Amino acid sequence: MFYIYCPHCGEHREEEEFHPKGQAHIVRPLDPDNCTDKEWGEYLYFRKNPRGLHHELWVHAAGCRKFFNMTRDTVTYEIKEIYKIGEQPSVVADS
Amino acid sequence: MTQKNRLQSGGRIDRSKSLTFSYNGQEFKGFQGDTLASAMLANGIDVIGRSFKYSRPRGIVAAGAEEPNAVMQLGATEATQVPNVRATQQELFHGLVSKATNGWPNVDTDIMSLLGKVGGKMMPPGFYYKTFMYPQSMWDTYESMIRKAAGLGRSPLETDPDTYDKVNQHCDILVVGAGPAGLAAAQTAARSGARVIIADEQSEFGGSLLSSKEMLNGKPAADWVAEVTAELEAADNVMVLPRSTVNGYHDQNFLTIHERRTDHIADLAPAGQVRQRLHRVRAKWVVLATGAHERPLVFANNDVPGCMVANAVSTYINRYGVVPGNELVLMTTNDNAYQAAIDWAEAGRKVVAIVDTRQSPAGDRIDAARKLGINIITGSAVIEVQGSKRVSGVSVAPISSDGSTISGSVQRLSADTVASSGGWSPVIHLSCHTGSRPVWNEDVVGFLPGPTVQKQLIAGAINGSYSTAKALGEGVEAANSAIASLNLDAVAVEVPATEDVAEGPVQTLFHIPHTKPTAAAPKQFVDYQNDVTASGIELACREGYESIEHVKRYTAMGFGTDQGKLGNINGMAIAAKTLNKSIPETGTTIFRPNYTPVTFGAMVGRDCGELFDPERYTAMHKWHLENGAKFEDVGQWKRPWYFPKAGETMQEALNRECVATRESVGILDASTLGKIDIQGKDAREFLGRVYTNPWAKLPVGKCRYGLMCGEDGMVFDDGVTTCLGENHFLMTTTSGGAARVYEWLELWHQTEWPELEVYFNTVTDHWATMTISGPNSRKLLEEVCTDIDLSNEAFAFMDWKAGTVAGVPARVFRISFTGELSYEINVQANYGLQVWEKLFEHGEKYNLTPYGTETMHVLRAEKGFIIAGQDTDGSVHPHDLGMSWCVSDKKPFSYIGKRGMKREDCVRENRKQLVGLKTKDPMVVIPEGSQGVFDKNAPIPMPMVGHVTSSYYSAVLGHSIAMGFVKGGLNRMGETVYYPQADGSFIEAEICSPIFLDPKGERQNV
Repeated sequence: MFYIYCPHCGEHREEEEFHPKGQAHIVRPLDPDNCTDKEWGEYLYFRKNPRGLHHELWVHAAGCRKFFNMTRDTVTYEIKEIYKIGEQPSVVADS
Repeated sequence: MTQKNRLQSGGRIDRSKSLTFSYNGQEFKGFQGDTLASAMLANGIDVIGRSFKYSRPRGIVAAGAEEPNAVMQLGATEATQVPNVRATQQELFHGLVSKATNGWPNVDTDIMSLLGKVGGKMMPPGFYYKTFMYPQSMWDTYESMIRKAAGLGRSPLETDPDTYDKVNQHCDILVVGAGPAGLAAAQTAARSGARVIIADEQSEFGGSLLSSKEMLNGKPAADWVAEVTAELEAADNVMVLPRSTVNGYHDQNFLTIHERRTDHIADLAPAGQVRQRLHRVRAKWVVLATGAHERPLVFANNDVPGCMVANAVSTYINRYGVVPGNELVLMTTNDNAYQAAIDWAEAGRKVVAIVDTRQSPAGDRIDAARKLGINIITGSAVIEVQGSKRVSGVSVAPISSDGSTISGSVQRLSADTVASSGGWSPVIHLSCHTGSRPVWNEDVVGFLPGPTVQKQLIAGAINGSYSTAKALGEGVEAANSAIASLNLDAVAVEVPATEDVAEGPVQTLFHIPHTKPTAAAPKQFVDYQNDVTASGIELACREGYESIEHVKRYTAMGFGTDQGKLGNINGMAIAAKTLNKSIPETGTTIFRPNYTPVTFGAMVGRDCGELFDPERYTAMHKWHLENGAKFEDVGQWKRPWYFPKAGETMQEALNRECVATRESVGILDASTLGKIDIQGKDAREFLGRVYTNPWAKLPVGKCRYGLMCGEDGMVFDDGVTTCLGENHFLMTTTSGGAARVYEWLELWHQTEWPELEVYFNTVTDHWATMTISGPNSRKLLEEVCTDIDLSNEAFAFMDWKAGTVAGVPARVFRISFTGELSYEINVQANYGLQVWEKLFEHGEKYNLTPYGTETMHVLRAEKGFIIAGQDTDGSVHPHDLGMSWCVSDKKPFSYIGKRGMKREDCVRENRKQLVGLKTKDPMVVIPEGSQGVFDKNAPIPMPMVGHVTSSYYSAVLGHSIAMGFVKGGLNRMGETVYYPQADGSFIEAEICSPIFLDPKGERQNV
């Protein structure tokens, strides 16, 4: 069970208080009406499934109800960093 | 029966406190301080169970958590039955009732053992897979036989009367194990001021020191243990947990500890006491000082009762004053095990021989054994044991220096006990729980904890440091390293002086050769609990299983409740030898939580019975109970389902409730509908983006129905949202969807459109909501509400007004889910019951009838209103529902769901569409979920064209009504669909509009 730092509450809390919301940094196309089906399909359904670093969206659902981002290692389950919505990760996978 | 194996003195038992216990219905005596196992051995009980597969008699092998055989069923009554208790870990108490868990009809006369005797060749590994596959029809017969033969206990048939707790803990340093390393670590950590928890599975702290004759500071080691334990117990910053097994090590230093508080006192916890606790610990640092288990050697018939691991022999003698036999043969690959024979001889019983596999062993303990005149046979091994229910003798033969072959002639020795030692295996289980792979160490001849990302430190025997001096040193060192990281000041501890014992090297040997090849030799057991033999592992390797994980699954090695604590390393070594690989090349399996079995009671804690899941009640719940409501679970809400009168069937109650509502007035407790208060200057813009219909022009004072879709265009919730003020709205959601919708709104606001100024708050519980519906609802409301003009002109359909109802401030919404004239009255929740009762005072003359969710469903279905989640399933968009009227493509912003609805698959012809269904026989109600077909003569598999989502009998209309999906249904009005039923019949229905009643909607506008 994860021990997660909520950047809005400023405290570590048990995973039970949080909901994972999947991959972070998914950008909604600015003009959905002029997207091709393929572009829309990629936005809607296609997600990364990396072995290693993964940027995820979480919400402190049973706490402050705020969303935030987490960089997590999917192999070791280490939480590498927590950062707010609108910020970019500083820990990134080597490409 | 006397305790024939009990010594007159010595051990940590209290001979003045005699305890009576029963085993398989017979009474025996033991002493305070005994375990069930030591008391059984004291009484000379040899056979304590039958083996899992071959039903061979089995005896006690070990003295701790690693015991594979002595798995007992405890409990004096049906309600207090506890399966799966290791006799070696159960402290004896007066009145303890134990039973062997297998053996039929009993352990001494076991019919299944016949199968075991023919066994061997009949039951190779993969036996179940190979034998019981065909014919499939016979599986039921096989299964009942297997279930009867195999078994490791049973669960109670009555409710457990005991209480269990779960406790959350935080600490700086959690020390696992209170042997020399753990105690030294805890003492060091405690003195630094760190918050410390130290847990040990045994009744007393001390670990290996409790069963050895070692001296510390020139005094018995137990004195030092007592000193340190007293210091820890007295410290405010230390939590001392004996009888507490750290069972699981999870991510980010989350560990679970299973504490048994009263299992050592009585069958049932004393009144007011909690039997067990599960501590859920978040530790900044963990020091694993879990010790090591001695490995038995693998040789022919090594499972005959009387075969034990060497260290267990010492433990029974030194700690419990029990010598588990008369004539001992010890086989060893190392010096350490000599102590068992020394202890045996000093207890005054006969050591027949020490059989050392090494050619020329040398060391202090060997000298000590020689001094006692013990016969030491070097370069030899016990290759086979004689006896069935107890060892009667052994065959000893010289072996080659690498231990691979027999190199001389076999001699027979008489003995009733065979102790063996192949060295020690560090107890690395916990370090594996977090995914860390153990690493083989040639010097230790065992696996050590591998690299980990946890804040974990190790000390003592788990690190292969078997001497007490090293264990103490590493304990201090581990604690100091944690202390430094925590920025605490280290305070020195006095490490006690130990005795120096010179030891020679250990021989790396696991499997003792036999004069016959393994497959032809008598069974050589690797995993006692699952009856896995050396020949079984060899066979698995020959059949092509190369991965140790596959060998494990094929043979079931390590799959027992003991997780192969004794056998796994031996099994891997045998697999490696067969595959011509090294042990590190073969790899190891990973241990998983839990280390030893945990009771369901501890896991559940207080979360059972009515506390199993939170229940939510509305403000009027008490009234519903008093008026005989039947309840339905909606999410966590208890909602009235219907209100039967005396003698009424459910259908009769529904008919009465429906007719009363349509003819006069009914009332529904609608408090559970989700309510979200939305404010901010951009609230209106936000609503337009999350709903499919327009919100820009909704005036203050008006309500509007809205559909909510996902980005894929599929409906996921609906409800009425009201404009309370220019920048203030109240959104309602489905009862079950409230939390999901709230999170959805926050998600979009916080991550996508943070620039919009809008705020959300959930107010579901703040309001009690009661809906009065029916032609007399206005008359009823007029009697309790005088400050709102309720005339149709002043208060039209889809308006809302603030006013006073039954003397209480209220919001009244003129909205309708029944199609009748209808008012939804919202008052502050704590006034709810009072207003509800006031309505009934006035409602009697109108036959005001309470109704529940089922009548609500029927009434809305008569009007063709959908219920999100019943008539939708995440695969239908608004157009599929015939609700294109609720979709606006004129809105400037591309709202959620708009693009999704235009995907190729969403705009194709012939999608399944929601339609009404009228059965040909008006009294037949199509079962919900029935699949329709157009051609009832079509060959099987018939092309299915859609399922029925809602189906009821309508007492108001006098016939059944239904809604369902039909391919291209909106263009098939008047056509026939057939619903095949499980009994072979067909229900015939005509496709129609889903609006069965008042299609022009006049009733709600009066």
